[in-house]
Amino acid sequence: MSTFVLLTITGLGLGAMYFLIASGLSLIYGLMGVLNFAHGAFLTVGAYGAWFTESKLGGLSVLPRFLIAALAGLVVGAVFAGLVELVLIRPLYRRHIEQVLVTVGLGLAVSALVVAIWGNDARPFASPGWLGDTTTVLGARVPNDRWVEILTAIAVLVALNAFLRRTRYGLIIRAGVENRAMVTALGIDVRRAFTLVFAIGGVAAAVAGVLSGVYFGTVDPARGTSLLIFAFIVVVIGGLGSLRGTAAAAVVVGLLQQYANYYASSGLGDLSVVLLLGLVLLVRPGGLSGSFA
Amino acid sequence: MSLLSVRDLHVHLGESHVLQGIEFDVAEGGVTALLGRNGVGKTTTLRALMGLVDRRGRVELEGADITQAPTHRIVRRGVGYVPEDRDVFAGLTVEENLRLAERDDDPQYDLVHDLFPELKERAKQRAGTLSGGQQQMVAIARALLNRNRVLLVDEPTKGLAPLLVTEVARVLERVSELTTVLLVEQNLGVVERVARDAVVLDTGRVVHVGPARELLADKPMVHRMLGVG
Amino acid sequence: MRRLVVPAAVLVVLAFVPKLSVDIPYAFKSALNTPGTLQLLALCLVFGAVAMTYDLLFGYTGLLSFGHALYFAVGVYIVDIAITRWHWSFAAALAFTALVGLVLPAILGAVSLRVGGIAFAMVTLAFAQAGSVLVFKNPYNWTGGEEGLGADYTKLPQGLVGIFNTKHLYWVALVFAAAVFCVVEWAVHSSPGRVWQAIRENELRVQVLGLRPYGYKLMVFVLASFLATAGGVVYLLLLGGATPEVTSPNFTLTLLVMVVIGGTGTRWGAFLGGALYTWADQRLGDASASHAVSSLPSVVRTPLQQPLFVLGVLFILVVFFVPGGLARIGRVRRPRTLQRLQEAMQR
Repeated sequence: MSTFVLLTITGLGLGAMYFLIASGLSLIYGLMGVLNFAHGAFLTVGAYGAWFTESKLGGLSVLPRFLIAALAGLVVGAVFAGLVELVLIRPLYRRHIEQVLVTVGLGLAVSALVVAIWGNDARPFASPGWLGDTTTVLGARVPNDRWVEILTAIAVLVALNAFLRRTRYGLIIRAGVENRAMVTALGIDVRRAFTLVFAIGGVAAAVAGVLSGVYFGTVDPARGTSLLIFAFIVVVIGGLGSLRGTAAAAVVVGLLQQYANYYASSGLGDLSVVLLLGLVLLVRPGGLSGSFA
Repeated sequence: MSLLSVRDLHVHLGESHVLQGIEFDVAEGGVTALLGRNGVGKTTTLRALMGLVDRRGRVELEGADITQAPTHRIVRRGVGYVPEDRDVFAGLTVEENLRLAERDDDPQYDLVHDLFPELKERAKQRAGTLSGGQQQMVAIARALLNRNRVLLVDEPTKGLAPLLVTEVARVLERVSELTTVLLVEQNLGVVERVARDAVVLDTGRVVHVGPARELLADKPMVHRMLGVG
Repeated sequence: MRRLVVPAAVLVVLAFVPKLSVDIPYAFKSALNTPGTLQLLALCLVFGAVAMTYDLLFGYTGLLSFGHALYFAVGVYIVDIAITRWHWSFAAALAFTALVGLVLPAILGAVSLRVGGIAFAMVTLAFAQAGSVLVFKNPYNWTGGEEGLGADYTKLPQGLVGIFNTKHLYWVALVFAAAVFCVVEWAVHSSPGRVWQAIRENELRVQVLGLRPYGYKLMVFVLASFLATAGGVVYLLLLGGATPEVTSPNFTLTLLVMVVIGGTGTRWGAFLGGALYTWADQRLGDASASHAVSSLPSVVRTPLQQPLFVLGVLFILVVFFVPGGLARIGRVRRPRTLQRLQEAMQR
């Protein structure tokens, strides 16, 4: 029982990270039709931005240092993503395949750049000590970072929802995901919404980057790409432009991975996620929300 | 000077040369009807004027060249659009659909609520759950919120029950008193009721321009050009 | 027949390379007939050919697969495992790999092709990822996991083993590339080939004509994958071992980069892209260690020492300024593959 609880909460923690990455991907694809292969780079940039900041903040104690570093990571992620959209994506307006190809090139280039500067090896990521401690729940000793991941993801979900439902740009984005052309036909310049959506994706990915630094204890140039693939799977299963679908799919994927890894055999978790994708697409070719038809 | 002037308009969709040098003018005030059989390029013409498809030629709105302008800039010059399939945002409420369309500082909600009292009642309802007729109202209301110089309206009565068709015709009459309308319409009864001028298309070209009443009174011509009668 | 003249001439010239004691400065570290350069040229030939197989899928049929590297990896790993872990003969290993190279894409393709566009791309990506996971998991210690698996050279044909036989390996690679070129040319001009291009242009119209696109897509999928598997076998011979790098998502993406840089759906584009990319990857690695680069200020030097950085940036520039790829320089119009693919993916 206690193992099950531990697995479940760890699965939810992983799902939280997948959701953070997938939400940005889903919005970007839903609104702009761009499969953003550079999204893993946003995660990496955010993670390394936080790690780098932390290594420079000598004087403070652990918690404020961590928080400031995390904030720095978010800012870096947002700015980087926004710039990518302005400089690389916007000029290729309406040439979707070229936009996707450009993100592929960017993803490769950024990974290589990070390796060039900081090397291939994982670097230790310092976080407050109590994150490494455990809390006992229903007999299971759960590492505290899981709670932070889950709560952060929920907070982001709530914030994103509020943004989408209560602000004008949120309205534009929701409408644009349904019918981009009609939004322009109402006199609205969607391109600003594009940059905003990229920036939001950048922030969410950066949060995932910082959280993954806590979860794994290190920052790693390859992690962005490996998590990105799961995020893609989550988006396809859950559906584009749908925050709720993405959240649900992220939870399912995270849990499935954990349960399969433990109850079946280690490594089978990843394979079972792939199987799930295959199954979903065979049964509902449009993905769970039907939006991929 | 006419309000809207179209010269040598060409549009290619895929491999097909849909518009082959369209030329016509829309005079200010009243309704100009754009007529023709199915597939001749009426909707494509409106979409080209809106900048929603790639086009070549010369389009002028009140003398200003809008031929290659991006859609949102064209709209901001005072062009309202009521598309063929209504294209209301299903996931948004009626209220949100309207709010999204606001451009001016002082949107004309009074006018809209006066013409479509039902929309006020259903403000919080998701647009996807509305009936076809109600969605049509939202689509027209959207275009009326702002003070537009011209409205491009594409087959507003398509798929509607006869009672609603009359309703739409009534709305169009009132709207035509306030602003210029370029109306694509297959229902000749509606055209007869509201239109002042008529422009007839056939396979991507303009084949007739003249007063609407005259055209519709000429039954053989109507049969030849519009395939009805 | 006329269109075979140029390729035949190129083939003859390339066949004579191991006899040429010629130095091309900057392009190669040593003379053309030295093992080092021959090895690099052989690699260029192999990847040029594999890029052509990917072009069959993407450039000609419009199928954006992110998992093509999986079948290449099958060629590399299955032969290696068969001779090194199962102790089979080389011939038996080849036969088994050929079988897998036909059956696996048939099954996975049958599943993946049930969906199109983005979903298809994602499924192929997922299957490739599954392959990668399997390799790293190292079941029964077959794949060697992270460290890869050196091939048991006693099982390999003796004429292909050892540094003095590099020129034989070069000729094997050349024959392979020539064979792939011929197969692709023939396939593209055959009647299924015309259907593939029609599918890329407008799948709906193909259906309306009474043909079932699914069958044709599966056909090209299996063909392209089988040829890629063959490329994997040649690659294994060239390297003498398997490494998990060939299963990584990066590797899958570099195939896309090769084909786009070269020019999709053209005769020489994919081959050029694959060969040039491979050459550049190697030479950039060499150059980064060179004196000229090490003397640059570190801000400029560090990124330049990562071939993937340079190639990634180059790719971005090509997409911006030469979207048709190098094979289409002179013609400015956007290649049809990109146009049709976009239309297919639009909602």
